[in-house]
Amino acid sequence: MNALQWWLTLSILLFCIGAYGVLARRNVIVVVMSLEVMLNAVNIALVAIANFRGGAPGAGTLFALFIITIAAAEVTVGLAIVIANYRNKRTVQTDQFNELKG
Amino acid sequence: MEGTQYMKIAVALLVLLPLAGFIITLLFGKRFFRTKAHLLPVALVTVTAVLSIYAFEWVVRHPDEAFVWNAFSWVAAGRLTGEWGFLVDSLTGIMLLVVGIIGMLVHYYSIGYMKDDPGYYRFFAYLNLFMFAMFVLILANNYLLLFLGWEGVGLCSYLLISFWFRKKSASQAGKKAFLVNRVGDFGFTLGMFLIFVTTGTLQFTGVFDKAEMIGSGTLLWICLLLFTGAVGKSAQFPLHVWLPDAMEGPTPVSALIHAATMVNAGVYMVARSYPLFIHAHTAMLIVMIIGTFTAIYSAYIAITQNDIKRVIAYSTVSSLGFMFLALGAGAWVAGIFYLFAHGFFKGLLFLCSGSVIHAMGGEQDMRQMGGLRQKIPLTFWTMLIGAIALIGVFPLAGFWAKDEILGGAFVGGDYVVWAVGIITAFLTAVFAFRLIFMTFFGECRASEEVRHHIHESAKVMTIPLVLLAIPSALLGILVGWPPETGWIHRFLEPVFFDLEHEKFAWLGVGGGLMVFSLAVALLGVYVAYVMYIRRTELPARLAARLPVAYEASFNKMYMDQVYEVVPIRSTIAFAGWLWTFFDVKVIDGAVNGLARLWELAGERLRPLQTGRVQNYALSIFAGMVVLVVVLAWFWGS
Repeated sequence: MNALQWWLTLSILLFCIGAYGVLARRNVIVVVMSLEVMLNAVNIALVAIANFRGGAPGAGTLFALFIITIAAAEVTVGLAIVIANYRNKRTVQTDQFNELKG
Repeated sequence: MEGTQYMKIAVALLVLLPLAGFIITLLFGKRFFRTKAHLLPVALVTVTAVLSIYAFEWVVRHPDEAFVWNAFSWVAAGRLTGEWGFLVDSLTGIMLLVVGIIGMLVHYYSIGYMKDDPGYYRFFAYLNLFMFAMFVLILANNYLLLFLGWEGVGLCSYLLISFWFRKKSASQAGKKAFLVNRVGDFGFTLGMFLIFVTTGTLQFTGVFDKAEMIGSGTLLWICLLLFTGAVGKSAQFPLHVWLPDAMEGPTPVSALIHAATMVNAGVYMVARSYPLFIHAHTAMLIVMIIGTFTAIYSAYIAITQNDIKRVIAYSTVSSLGFMFLALGAGAWVAGIFYLFAHGFFKGLLFLCSGSVIHAMGGEQDMRQMGGLRQKIPLTFWTMLIGAIALIGVFPLAGFWAKDEILGGAFVGGDYVVWAVGIITAFLTAVFAFRLIFMTFFGECRASEEVRHHIHESAKVMTIPLVLLAIPSALLGILVGWPPETGWIHRFLEPVFFDLEHEKFAWLGVGGGLMVFSLAVALLGVYVAYVMYIRRTELPARLAARLPVAYEASFNKMYMDQVYEVVPIRSTIAFAGWLWTFFDVKVIDGAVNGLARLWELAGERLRPLQTGRVQNYALSIFAGMVVLVVVLAWFWGS
C-alpha cells in the first residue's frame, strides 16, 4: 500500500468509528462528538488527496478549513439544542427523545 | 315560376303563425288574455287553414311539379347539412287539408269544451305549438326537419295528454306515451343514421335518387328502422299501448292529435319513404303483417270496452293498422285515401264523444248512458254519420277507402290478409254500433241528478261537428269515385309513381268484394242491434259462455300486464341488481377496498416511525452504503 492509501484507510476507520458512535451511543453529547470525528475523517481524506494527487494548489486544504469552520458553528448550534432539550427533559439519553413515535 | 312567391309566403306563415301564437299565448295568456286566451290562437289557426287550402289548391293547379323551397340552412356539420327546406306535393297537400281543417275545427270546438278550465290559455298555447310542429313535419323536405316536427308533436302529445296533470292517471298516461314513443323514435333515429351513412344525405330527393343503389340488406334495415318509428308514433302492435291511455287528455286533444293528425305521422312517413319501401319487399311484408294484426287485435279489444273514448281509441289503432295493411299490400293510394277520410270521421267521432261526455257532466262510462238520442239530437246524428263512415257503408267516406284497401289485398293475392280485414270490418261494425246503441238508445241509466243536467252542447261545439260530418259523408264519393281511378288516384300519382291501376269492374271481382264487405258491415250492425237493443241480456250470457275470450278482450289481451312483466319488472330487477350488487359490492367495494388497503398499509408501516433520530440516521447510512456499493459495482465494470 502506498502512503495515500494508508491515509485514506485512517480516514475510513475514523469515519466508521464516528458513524458507529452516532448510531449506537445513547448520550447526545457523545453523538455530537462522534459527528466531529466523522467530519475530521473527511478532513483527513481531503487533505491527503490534495497532498498526493495535486490539482489546484491548496484546494483540498481550503475545503478542510471551511469544514472546520462550519463544524465549529454546527457544534455551537448542536450543543445549544442539547442544552435546551436537557432543560425540558432533564436527560441527554437519545432513547428518551421519542415524542414523534408514530 | 308563377305563384311560387305566394307559396313561399304561405308556407312560411303556416309554420310561423302557430309558433307565434304559442309563444304569445304562453307568455301573456295568464296575465292579459285570461278567458280571451282563445282569440289569438283560433284566429291564427283559421288563417293557417285558409293557407292550407291555398297550398292544396296550388298543388291541384300544378299537377306536374312540386313546390320545393330551401329557406335557410339550419345545421351544417361536415357532410351533414340540415335545411329548413319545404316540399309541397300532392301527398303534403292531402296532409295539409287534414291538419289545417281539422286543426281549425278542433280549436273552435275547444273554446266550448275547455271553457272555465283553469289552464285555458295553456291549452290553446299547446294546441298552437302542436300545429306548428305538425306543419313542420308534413312540410319538411328532409328527414332531419321531419324529425324535428315528429318530436315536436310527440312533445305536444305528452303535454296535452297530461294536461290535467294533477290527476295521477293523466300524468302517468303522458309519461307512458312519451316513453313508448321513445322506443319507436330510437328506431327512427337509427334509420336516419343508416340513411345518412349509406347515401350521405337526408334530403328526400337525394335519398330517393339513390334508393336503387342501396344494397338490399341495408335497405331492408333502413325500412325496418323507419317503420319502427312509425310503429311507435302510429300506435301499432306492440307499441300501441300508449294510445288508449292517451284518452286521459281532454277530448279535443284526442280528436286532433290521437285520431286525425299526429298518429297519422307514421303512416305519412312510410308513405313519404315510398321509393325506399318499394325496393324492400320483406319490409313491405312486415308492414303488412303488423298492420293486419294490429287491425284485428285492437278491433277485438274494442268490442268489450266500456269507456266511450277507449272504444274509439282502439278503433283508431285498428284503423291505423288498416292503413299500414294498405301500404304493405302495395295499395299506397288507398292507404292515404283512408288516412284522409279517417282523419275526418274519426275526428268527428271523438268530438261527438266529447259532446256526449260534456252533456253527461264528465261521465265516460257507456253503462251509465243510454237514451241520449232525444236529449242531444245533433250530437246523435253527427255521431251516427261518423259511425257509418267508420264501418264503411255505401256511400260514406270509409266505404271507398276501406274497400279499396281490401280489394288491393285481394287482388294482390294476400287472401289471408283480406279475410282478416273482413273480420276486422265485421268487428268494427259491431263495436261502433254497440257504442251508438249503448249511448243513444234504450233506457237512460244515468243517475237522476245527471239526467237532469243533460243538455246539447253550445253552438261553438256543435257547428264543428256538422262541418266534420259533411266531409265524413261526402269525401269518399267526391274524391274516391270511381274506385281505383278516382280523383285521388290521379292526384297522388306523382308521389306514388309506377303503381299499376287495375281497371275497376263493378261486375267483376272488385264489385263482388264491395258488395260482400258491405254485407259484412251490415251484418255487424245487425248483431250489435240484437245484442244491445233487442235482447240486452245476450252480451252477459255470451261473456259467461266464453269467459276466456271475453276476459282477454276486456283486459286488452293482457298487453299491459305483459309489459309490466317483461320490460318493466326485468328493468326494475336489473336496476335492483345494479344497486344491491354492482353498486354496493363492486363500486363501493372497490372504493372502500382501496381505502382499506391504504389504511392497512399505514397500520403496518407506522412502527417504522420510531421517533428516534438514530434509527433514521441508521437508515440513511444503510441507504448510503447501498448506493455506494451499487455505484461502485457499475463503475467497476
